[in-house]
Amino acid sequence: MTSAGTQAQPPQARIPAETGSVLQRVNAPRSFLSGFGATVGEIWQYRELLGNLIRKELKIKYKDSVLGFVWSLLLPLVQLGVYWLVIGKFLGAGSIPTYGVYIFCGLAVWTLFSEILSTATTSVVNNAGLVKKVYFPRELFPLAATGAALVNFIFQLAILLTADVLAGISSHRWPDLTKLPLPILGLAVLVVFATALGMLLAAANVYLRDVQHLINVVLMLWFWVTPIIYNVRRVSGTLPTALYALYLLNPMAPVVFSFQKFFWPQGAGTSYEFDGNVYGRLGLMLLAGLAFLWLAQRIFAKAQGNFAQEL
Amino acid sequence: MSSNPVIRVNDVSKKFVIRKDKSLKERLVNARRSRANVEEFWALRHVELEVDPGHTLGLIGGNGSGKSTLLKIIGGILTPTTGYVERRGRLAALLELGAGFHGDLTGRENVYLNASILGLTRAQTDLYFDSIVDFSGIEPFIDTQVKFYSSGMYVRLAFAVAIHVDPEILLVDEVLAVGDEPFQRKCLDRIKQFQHDGRTIILVTHSLEQVRQMCDRVLLLEAGSVAVDGSPAEAVRHFREVNSEQDHVEQAAQEHLLTITDPRTVDGSGARRTTYPVGATLGIEFEVSGESTVSDWAAGVALTDASGLLIYGTNTVLQNIAVAPIRGTRTVRFRFDQLPVAEGQYFVTLAVHPRMGPDYHRIDRAMSFQVENTANDPGVLALTPKIEIE
Repeated sequence: MTSAGTQAQPPQARIPAETGSVLQRVNAPRSFLSGFGATVGEIWQYRELLGNLIRKELKIKYKDSVLGFVWSLLLPLVQLGVYWLVIGKFLGAGSIPTYGVYIFCGLAVWTLFSEILSTATTSVVNNAGLVKKVYFPRELFPLAATGAALVNFIFQLAILLTADVLAGISSHRWPDLTKLPLPILGLAVLVVFATALGMLLAAANVYLRDVQHLINVVLMLWFWVTPIIYNVRRVSGTLPTALYALYLLNPMAPVVFSFQKFFWPQGAGTSYEFDGNVYGRLGLMLLAGLAFLWLAQRIFAKAQGNFAQEL
Repeated sequence: MSSNPVIRVNDVSKKFVIRKDKSLKERLVNARRSRANVEEFWALRHVELEVDPGHTLGLIGGNGSGKSTLLKIIGGILTPTTGYVERRGRLAALLELGAGFHGDLTGRENVYLNASILGLTRAQTDLYFDSIVDFSGIEPFIDTQVKFYSSGMYVRLAFAVAIHVDPEILLVDEVLAVGDEPFQRKCLDRIKQFQHDGRTIILVTHSLEQVRQMCDRVLLLEAGSVAVDGSPAEAVRHFREVNSEQDHVEQAAQEHLLTITDPRTVDGSGARRTTYPVGATLGIEFEVSGESTVSDWAAGVALTDASGLLIYGTNTVLQNIAVAPIRGTRTVRFRFDQLPVAEGQYFVTLAVHPRMGPDYHRIDRAMSFQVENTANDPGVLALTPKIEIE
């Protein structure tokens, strides 16, 4: 009985970073500037655990519910219906062509963004049991939250494509494949930016639990300063130029534009389409987002030494 | 194996800051007084330690002495305030069984998740899966959500996963007392096999018996500093001496029909002592006094060990000794020739009571005495075997 586990010879290098015959310093301090690469390497070694944590998040979310993943679809669909009816019909924003598809381009990316932020913020605190008992890179918690949100996003994307097909049949306008790099770049900006911010908030939430409540308020405000259900051209006509430039600095704005450009072909060339340079804005946002991600990870790394005692 | 250590703890200190206000509101409201709401204390002070490969080190000490903090710093879960830890080889920590378990997942799913948390790859878990389930002995329930498990099944599965991680250094924190007795034995067997394989084990425990059985070196921590670093017998003795000073059970003053006073332990010559060599004569004496005449009475003693286990108990009724009615003060003497218990600290409980009914007076752990031995044989009895090899 007791020898059952030793029959199979264990392969070496189970946790590669820790094997070796030389004494290695535990939690060796890394310089603030150069520690990023080492952490990325460490996370890569733990990629299998990351996959398992993502699977866990997804399984737990809908365990014991009859409809399961359908719930992920239902919320944005109801939102879509309400906005379409109230804003599109009652308030008369319906002059935007295929308004339903227009809103859903923004709603899909916004759902992803807010899900990453709200789940990442509580990720470390909710896994307090693990943080206090086992060592592995703490960055895995916010990353797993991002991963799980991305899987849910696939369902949103499926709805969006279905809507595109239905709208395409009636309007005979189909997405332009030459614009496909836009949503891909947009998604990259979103993920980089949300992961960085989520990591920062996760660390902050360990020290101040107010963060998890604050983020919901901020997300609500942020939703309304992002051109999701209203048209950006009305904003440019209303706000003074300086304020409008500031408004466009919202990293989510170009992400929403990139999805609208590709998934909402009915708006191409109309006066409802954003008239600026989306590629340029996305490129700059990606660079800024990567710098932010680096900074956020370094701050997270500095804070994480005290996680186990603060929880 | 080379003689250089697997773990080296270099002058490690750990300071905890305890804040009493946790929310933003509290911090703003208390901003001016925030100094008053911050408390510092040193959980560890200047701890130096080297562990050579193949040794089993026990960490003992009272609650809050820093044992678990030291273990967590070695495991990399906490970062020391000053100093640092070096180690080599794969490490697994059994800090809390089932820490990574999630109630909504099935046993099977939890095995895979927990194994990957402890550092096994999916392929390795596949390889060990049958053996893990086999060891845990809960095969019929492996596809049930673990929230429906009994607590025993839960820890069985968790322990089974943990021991299959196959580390070179194993950190164990108070987790061996799990499951029913056969399972505990299975766990201890497994730990012993780890020792035979030449792996290094660091064990935090409150069971001094376990320390004596399993460790070849013991570190006694007191208020964050190393008080004793030596053989199990030495450290355990020191620990017990410290403990017995604080271990007097106070009795509220009450009206008793009969009262016990002046309890004492004496040696064969009648002199008071609290320390005895193995096999010595032990006498337990006390005075019983009553205001009025009491004819229905009996006197009893009980010996318990440090963990509260009853070693022996008797009274005048069980021994068929007739006692004359009592008025005034009488002295009761119990005498044990050649006390056959092993080294350790023992407590004496005294009682006077009627043949039936509630005690007149009872003093739990009225006093303690120490039995000392120069030999290091484990066990609860002091036997002197003759060994012949033909």
